[in-house]
Amino acid sequence: MILEVKNIEKFFHDPVEFKVLNDISFGVEKGEFLTLVGKSGCGKSTLLYILSTMDTEYKGQLIIDGENVTSYGQDQLAAIRNEKIGFIFQFHYLLADFTCLNNIMIPALKLGKLSKEEIEYKAMEKLRMLDMTDQALKPASKLSGGQQQRIAIARALINDPLIIMGDEPTGNLDSKNTQVVFEILQELAHEKGQTIIAVTHDNDFAKASDRTIIMSDGQIVRGE
Amino acid sequence: MANSINRKIATTYFISGRKMTTVAIVGVLLGISIFIFMNSLSAGFDRQSSESFFKTTAHIRIYKDDVLSVPLQPENENSVLIVNPKVVPTKNTIDNPEEILALVKQHSDVIVAFPQVNTPVFYNNGKSQIAGTTIGFPPVEGNQLYKIENFMVQGAVQNLEMNRNGIIIGSGIADRMNLNTGDNLSITSSKGVNLNLTVVGIFQTNNSREDKSKSYVNLALAQQLLREGNTYITDINVNVTDPNKAPAIAEELSTITGYKAEDWKAANAAYMAASKMRKIVITFISFTLLIVSCFGIYNILNMTVSQKINDIAILKAIGFNGKDVVRIFVYQALTIGMIGVVLGVGFAMILVNILSHVYIGGDIGNFPIGFEPLVFLKGILVGFFITFLAGYVPARKAAKVDPVSIFRK
Repeated sequence: MILEVKNIEKFFHDPVEFKVLNDISFGVEKGEFLTLVGKSGCGKSTLLYILSTMDTEYKGQLIIDGENVTSYGQDQLAAIRNEKIGFIFQFHYLLADFTCLNNIMIPALKLGKLSKEEIEYKAMEKLRMLDMTDQALKPASKLSGGQQQRIAIARALINDPLIIMGDEPTGNLDSKNTQVVFEILQELAHEKGQTIIAVTHDNDFAKASDRTIIMSDGQIVRGE
Repeated sequence: MANSINRKIATTYFISGRKMTTVAIVGVLLGISIFIFMNSLSAGFDRQSSESFFKTTAHIRIYKDDVLSVPLQPENENSVLIVNPKVVPTKNTIDNPEEILALVKQHSDVIVAFPQVNTPVFYNNGKSQIAGTTIGFPPVEGNQLYKIENFMVQGAVQNLEMNRNGIIIGSGIADRMNLNTGDNLSITSSKGVNLNLTVVGIFQTNNSREDKSKSYVNLALAQQLLREGNTYITDINVNVTDPNKAPAIAEELSTITGYKAEDWKAANAAYMAASKMRKIVITFISFTLLIVSCFGIYNILNMTVSQKINDIAILKAIGFNGKDVVRIFVYQALTIGMIGVVLGVGFAMILVNILSHVYIGGDIGNFPIGFEPLVFLKGILVGFFITFLAGYVPARKAAKVDPVSIFRK
């Protein structure tokens, strides 16, 4: 199992005490394409932030790639995010001052395992896969929303992470691009053995995935 | 590798925020240049005043101090002593000048030491007389200490060595008596001794009071004017390697010789107090300016952090830790600091250069300011220190950004 959560509980304290997540436990296998669905406010994004190691205020256990990371410090978690997890956010979230190519390269430069040339070659490869090579040297802020989202996907893939997490990864894309992104994710899961965990509102997207966890009021309703 | 990416990000932010960084750089530039300028000014003043000081004053003067009389017998249980301590009028000469001089010269910090006798005299010109003071000393050592050769307008100090009956007079005396080198001058001492001397040199210090009254003669001649023998020595003048160490050395010399050794700082307490006050004011002003420019950088980096809060969240999400974020913003601050310091040093050099060419006049000449390497070094270090500090505080704030709370908005 590549990722496992045990008895996750999470409270919001502001403005009033509120239990967002209640006793969540499930596991994800390597190469699995998992989607999380549920109504707004059911806690699926909150859960994803916990899985991503960015949110550390929770009760329960989080095990990634055999390591129990629950008690890890911020620096260790940052290193895990850098190497093992790729992110695709709801609102693209690129660094506006950098070119697309640089945006994609930054996580790999931070990891520092490959030379700059190798990273650049790899980044161009990802761009080719997403049909974005002609935008490589444009500043990220000059791109349309859909284009930015594809750059964000390329950035999430640059370090060949074990797990790719997406918060509405196709939320800003038209149906054609949604299809492209879906196929890419599916291919990564099935052919390269990378695990995909995506929060989505798109029922077609969820249905086409390997497994769907449905959440309601902070609990898993189906798909454990 | 990981560091170079931090630097790359810092550089990109630095360039994309050109306008703000320029303002910050100008802030550092002004702060540092004024800091260096003010401190150069202070150092220049100090140098100038100690230079003009040492034209007439030795670093240390050894003389016989008046002492209070002490009772022959100390008071005890059985006898009560009624005394009225008084300064006993004894002679004010040093008893064994040769020995004392030899002792003083043995001290490792002493550069030059020589005996001196001052005596009030009248310079006679027909019926009119000019009152003044003549200083008797061995000319070579005396010149070494007072640097008289720098002020000679006619003749040379060495002439005094060759002509035992020679006298070097101030330009004011020469003008009023219409004297040139080679002319004769008659002087009368307070003891009624009348001597006919040859003018062998004329000096001009631009201090008109000195120029109108002072003259230099050989030691033996001064003793003769006072009707005293060659053991009559009132003062021993001492110059040491570092004038600032004079108080400590004076104390040592005092212990060694048994005579009062007074350093120039103690002898000129009023001047020292004024100079200390001036220093405090200048330091205060220059530090205030530094703090203002420090706040400038702080403000601008704070704004950058607020603007880039989204970017910081992304960077943290993709694996940058708190230290990386601190580094990114500290790099930025230090880049601002470095450019600001370099330009500031350049600007300070221009200011110093301009002011050093401003003519003031009197015995000062040009404005007493110059390139003080130490002051510049201090300015550079202080500049880097404040930019680091001003960058570090907002960078700490940036490092604490919680990415989840940003992504939720």
